[in-house]
Amino acid sequence: MAEANARPENQPAQPESPPARPETGPASSADANRTPTDRPARPKNQPARPETDPASSADAHRTPTDRPAQPENQPARPETDPASSADANRTPTDRPAQPTDSPAQATGRHQPTDSPAQTTSQHQQPTDGPAQTMGRPQQPTEHAPNQLTQAEHNERAAGSKRATGQDAQTARLEVVEVSKSFGAVAAVQGVSFALYPGEAHALVGENGAGKSTIVKMLAGVHRPDTGTLRVDGSDVDFAGPGDAKAAGIAVIYQEPTLFPDLSVAENIAMGNQPLTRTRQIDRKQMHATAERLFRRLGVPLDPTRPARGLSIADQQLVEIAKALSSEARVLIMDEPTAALSAVEVERLFAVVRSLRDEGAAIMFISHRFEEITALCERVTIMRDGRHVATELVADLSVDDMIRRMVGRDLSALFPKQQVTPGETVLEVEGLSREGIFRDISFSVRAGEIVALAGLVGAGRSEVMQAVFGVDPYDRGTVKVHGRRLRKGDPRSAMAAGMALVPEDRRQQGLVMDLSIERNVTLPRARKLARLGLLFGGTERAAAETWTRKLQTKLGRLSDAVGTLSGGNQQKVVLAKWLATGPKLLIVDEPTRGIDVGTKAEVHRLMSSLAADGLAVVMVSSELPEVLGMADRIIVLREGRVTAELTRAEATEESVMYAAMGQEVAA
Amino acid sequence: MSDTLTKSATPTRTGKGNLRSKLTGWDTIIGVLTVLVLIIASFAVDNFGTSRNFTFMVLDLLPIILIALPMTMIIVTGEIDLSVASTLGLTSSMMGWLWNQGLSIETIIPLCVVIGAVCGVVNGFLITGLGLPSLAVTIGTLALYRGLAFVVLGDGAVADFPWNYTGWVTGTLGGGAVPNVLILIVVLALIFGIVQHATPFGRSLYAIGANAQAAHFSGIRVARTKFWLYVVSGAIAGLVGVLWTLRYSSARADNGSGLELAVVAAVLLGGVSIFGGKGSLPGVLAGVVLLTALQNALRLEDVSGQALNIVTGSLLVLSVLLPNITTAVRGNWHRRRLRQAAR
Amino acid sequence: MTAAPTTLNRPARKNPTKNLLKTRELGIVLALALLIAYTAIDNSRFLSGQSIRDNLLNTAILAVMATGQAIVVITRNIDLSVGSVLGISAFTVATMMSSNPGLPMIVAILVGLAVGAVAGLVNGVLVRFGKVPALVVTLGTLYIYRGITYSWAGGSQVNADELPRHFLTFANDSLLGIPWLVLIALVVVGAGSLMMRNYKVGRELYAMGSSPAAAELAGIKVARNLLTAFVLSGALAGLAGVLYAARFGTVDAAAGSGYELNVVAAVVVGGVAVFGGSGTVWGAALGALLLTVIGSALAVLDINQFWQQAIVGALIILAICADRLVAVRIARSLRKRDAHV
Repeated sequence: MAEANARPENQPAQPESPPARPETGPASSADANRTPTDRPARPKNQPARPETDPASSADAHRTPTDRPAQPENQPARPETDPASSADANRTPTDRPAQPTDSPAQATGRHQPTDSPAQTTSQHQQPTDGPAQTMGRPQQPTEHAPNQLTQAEHNERAAGSKRATGQDAQTARLEVVEVSKSFGAVAAVQGVSFALYPGEAHALVGENGAGKSTIVKMLAGVHRPDTGTLRVDGSDVDFAGPGDAKAAGIAVIYQEPTLFPDLSVAENIAMGNQPLTRTRQIDRKQMHATAERLFRRLGVPLDPTRPARGLSIADQQLVEIAKALSSEARVLIMDEPTAALSAVEVERLFAVVRSLRDEGAAIMFISHRFEEITALCERVTIMRDGRHVATELVADLSVDDMIRRMVGRDLSALFPKQQVTPGETVLEVEGLSREGIFRDISFSVRAGEIVALAGLVGAGRSEVMQAVFGVDPYDRGTVKVHGRRLRKGDPRSAMAAGMALVPEDRRQQGLVMDLSIERNVTLPRARKLARLGLLFGGTERAAAETWTRKLQTKLGRLSDAVGTLSGGNQQKVVLAKWLATGPKLLIVDEPTRGIDVGTKAEVHRLMSSLAADGLAVVMVSSELPEVLGMADRIIVLREGRVTAELTRAEATEESVMYAAMGQEVAA
Repeated sequence: MSDTLTKSATPTRTGKGNLRSKLTGWDTIIGVLTVLVLIIASFAVDNFGTSRNFTFMVLDLLPIILIALPMTMIIVTGEIDLSVASTLGLTSSMMGWLWNQGLSIETIIPLCVVIGAVCGVVNGFLITGLGLPSLAVTIGTLALYRGLAFVVLGDGAVADFPWNYTGWVTGTLGGGAVPNVLILIVVLALIFGIVQHATPFGRSLYAIGANAQAAHFSGIRVARTKFWLYVVSGAIAGLVGVLWTLRYSSARADNGSGLELAVVAAVLLGGVSIFGGKGSLPGVLAGVVLLTALQNALRLEDVSGQALNIVTGSLLVLSVLLPNITTAVRGNWHRRRLRQAAR
Repeated sequence: MTAAPTTLNRPARKNPTKNLLKTRELGIVLALALLIAYTAIDNSRFLSGQSIRDNLLNTAILAVMATGQAIVVITRNIDLSVGSVLGISAFTVATMMSSNPGLPMIVAILVGLAVGAVAGLVNGVLVRFGKVPALVVTLGTLYIYRGITYSWAGGSQVNADELPRHFLTFANDSLLGIPWLVLIALVVVGAGSLMMRNYKVGRELYAMGSSPAAAELAGIKVARNLLTAFVLSGALAGLAGVLYAARFGTVDAAAGSGYELNVVAAVVVGGVAVFGGSGTVWGAALGALLLTVIGSALAVLDINQFWQQAIVGALIILAICADRLVAVRIARSLRKRDAHV
């Protein structure tokens, strides 16, 4: 507990830590939500805020007994790490506090080269090559040598600045003690980090950690409540997205933001269309530009077609082309790869790397850690709206990153319970819908978890939506307990005991403006009514029961459900459907966009529901989830069933093979 | 479910904040405003408080308030029906024409309500069956139904309706202070209020308006619900057509011209969001009363009827503008406080 | 697991939607041709110079207003106040001309434009900065502007004999055989079409209507553009007021009452989608022409004039049905093209 003792010294050393931090301490939400059994184990850790001491955040939440067991998980001590932005942004007055920390923590260190003195000297000696490249584990081979040197130089300059706290090179983009709240919710609190020219910087954190808010502030969509943004060392105040764009910041948002009625080329050119001498739009040049960008990205798209009707992947590629066309000096990508294939991701990364090497600063947000390690040098971790740490990617294992994002250890994933399946609940036979899926047959038994796997666009969600009746189908039958359901009628499916937790929580799962209680009771308002009448109390009581059972974190049941975090919203959706007492639960991407902790809760819930005899159908794009949770896996490709695998047969390879068909074998 | 990972649910809070937001809610403001206008007018305006003027006011109120009942539901689902006044005109025309054909008034009245409902069926089919935008469809049927009204009756008028019916509409209960039609208003308002605010059907309206897709995924029959709203709206407009004709004892094709704007204005004034998903019937009732009382009082003060348009229009814009401004000011104040705290 | 490799193997194909969309304006032209042919066969006088002239003169005012309305509707807004703006502008200009008979026509036009622009600016400011939906704002200002005109005019009206001669003859005078009124309408429609098709601001207006949220994110100057659209719509309604006063000579406070319906009808029939993002200014002008020709054809064909309004209504519904049909067909063809099943 030496480090805990060292902390009191640390705190006074940060005079300019944001005043908006009265929550620091036991009252903070992360701590408040810990179950009482956690608490006695680390009483002294609580006063320590991870973001005031990025170095020890992982330790702060680890019980003492954990530590000896996992020393190799923390090869680098962050507080000595020259790359830590918290250090970079700290004034020299902060520094004296740090050496006091290091002796205590050096015990966990396995890399002798990592001592403070050595790191500093490394960055002061330009000749020290190998150490410099460690931030870039996968140096792309296609780089011209001079570019490489340039990039190295940048990195070195940036590194020395970070190490000494002097302005050896100005940050391209700097976020200084920025806070933003929406109503009572503090989305971002006192976050600082910097992007340097020629670096790719990852921003990670659970959903709701404040990443998207940061992105929107950098994009000029939101104005920070407090704190400053700096571009090239001078303060900026973006009045709108136009200002950010003018400052050279291009943003690729999580969800495509195209104009469906305009042509693809116009979408790309919007804002800086080429003009003729009469100030009319030069359509020819506009199309040529689009074509050039598409060639660079390797996308066979017709620039004159309207954006309406593009697949999500194509839309995302147009977004990327849009960002490229503006010749941005800062490129911010908020989960750009979610809908892309591996080939497309590789091509995107090649383009991004070349941009980076031309001196652009890249900020990359992703939940896929392999992409972060493949692309980025540094990573900034956020949790609950606060900055946790900024580190070299190479210094962190994936486990480290997750631990710091979550702020605690994850117990075993995928708690699948063994269940002997009961009678058949759902039978689907020869289900077809023109242009979407064909001849789908499968059955699900009580107590079973059946996963529908496949690529995005394989028709998995569409099949289950047709089964539930929200979508129509052309041919085939759906039977529950031997009784045929009416086509295209969700009510008939609900009456038969079916429940569907849909893929898109915001659009399909919940009515965001409606209160939590109304959302929970929406599917069974009819059953709750007495003599056809509903009174507030009935709904509230029903909602209270279920939100409590699922341990949903909420303020008032009368609050709009949109005010909850993603994970808690998903719990409300689950509560809404479990309250109907289903015999068959269909969950479509049950853990998409929710934090790691809630993810595990949802998995455990599914498992225990199945153990209680519920039949569960799960549609998921996450292979580990599919392999970890399912008793049987049905793989779809291009609207047909290509394989049905038992838990024993299923491996990553066999599922992918079935999902991709011959393309993998070839 | 119960291990170290699960976050303990915070206990549910109820009360204070909720009450405060209710008190500053638009329908409360509009209610208070309405009462204020009524009180001030009855002191400051001669003849405003008389029972005779009360009857007139209720009669003025009648068409707007009745049509506003289904209109509130329609706007809550995120749609609109601009054809109501034309439906009124068409039923009025049909009433005159049928009367000229020699049908008995007892047959004509239900028939006219059915005609109104048929108009609603056409709207409902175009909007929910073909999936066309309601704004455009009902602008179309606004012209269509009014046109048909003129085709039926030309620019003439039919006036010789039986006295006992026209007398009932303009009369009062036992010759007292309570107009007969007020009973009709109260009964219908109660029915619509209960349906909208205390039944599963009413709940589904708000869900549809706020997110139709999520409503569909929750087993709500979105298209069917909207369809029936239009049918009811048409039927009520038909009924109002009958009442209008009887009140003025005159069936004309241009009866109720422009009334759709007054109804929409009153509904929005009552705090219903034009985007759907928000609003309450009590607010709308207050909105209608406010609008009518204000017009009545100003007319008694000899302000020209057409100039009253300025008041109607301003109230309509202000009803949406003021809440927006309050929110913006509150947001600014909040941000300023944060900035000061940061210093 | 989240890959969609099929996109890579698909060759770039010319889109099938383009031609289908082109047919929209073509459809109006076709309907117009059929209507004219049928009416002309029934009564050849329909094609006489005077008849054509009357039709064009009647279209001119509607087409000017439809241009402004189309621009507003393309941005996913609506301007219901145009009838009232026409009224206030017509009465202002008529009053001014009757008391200052010496003023040249151009002053009348500029004053009309200015009055309309101010009215439009108020609409635009309320929509953008008051965050009030356009439907509500313009419904409100429809009342307000009309109310202002009424409280100013009372029951009075400006008669033709009070107006200067040059003002009244302007409606009938022509340049190279084309009446001034028609010429002005042509210039307005042409300039509007060009702006919307070839200039940056026009494309940004389409973008705003196509996806308002994306327009904000793209850094488009949404506020400025929206004000431009509303000011244009107001100014053109103001111009229409001047033309109205010149053509009809008699102006009272009710001038242009209910015109908003015809204008919206022309725009919708002309193929501008009520939810913004698509349609053209010249399509809206064609819509105005079609509505006017239907009116005069009814008279020529000796059909009860009361049918006209019903036909306008039916036409609006027909137009949106047709648009819906096209959209469904496009969606189906896109689905088939992308399908692998």
